[in-house]
Amino acid sequence: MLVLTRKNGESIQIGDDIEITVIGIKGDQVKIGINAPKHIEVHRKEIYLEIGQENEQASTGLANLLNILPKKEK
Amino acid sequence: MSISTKYHGEMEVAQEEIWHFDSGIPGFLNEKTFVLLPLEDNPLFQILQSTENKNLAFVLTNPFYFNKNYDFKIDEGTLEQLSLQNEKDVAAMVIVTVKDPFEKSTANLQAPVIFNLSNQKAKQMILTQTEYKTREFIFQQLPASKG
Repeated sequence: MLVLTRKNGESIQIGDDIEITVIGIKGDQVKIGINAPKHIEVHRKEIYLEIGQENEQASTGLANLLNILPKKEK
Repeated sequence: MSISTKYHGEMEVAQEEIWHFDSGIPGFLNEKTFVLLPLEDNPLFQILQSTENKNLAFVLTNPFYFNKNYDFKIDEGTLEQLSLQNEKDVAAMVIVTVKDPFEKSTANLQAPVIFNLSNQKAKQMILTQTEYKTREFIFQQLPASKG
């Protein structure tokens, strides 16, 4: 991993169109601003992983799944 | 084309029925083509079936049916990726993690699946500024049948 040291207000440029700026530092929290093209998705890592894990769980399914789903009464 | 499905056996699907998830789905980034299959006698749920992988299928539902207050904004990146221009072309569904008994099932309101009905592009959109979680209990009280 490339490691760079930045001060508050300083930025990192990635490629032509991604810019990451340290907006503020407070205790053990760092506020980061990200400028990126719209097709680049930016997510908190743990949330991105959580969505993937939930998808894996949701797709596992249950053997009798079709019987568990409630039927709409007619 | 003919596909193998998890819940519907072998079946024929037309090219124009295929939904294109160009960036895959989190956890399954290589899965880019799916079909939406109805469940017989059960209009509340549909199956999102991978066309490539027989065993990959999700249960989807219309979140607004179970939670009338569900609300989110489609971000600009998603609008661009799906080439969404007209509100009437949008459909949104959520993935259900089914548990037995069904009341313990949850829906992923934090990452709805957005469909562009005009071009068959779709994407699971992760909401960034939201209170919704990946496991929301929305099935504990089923809405009364509307006949």
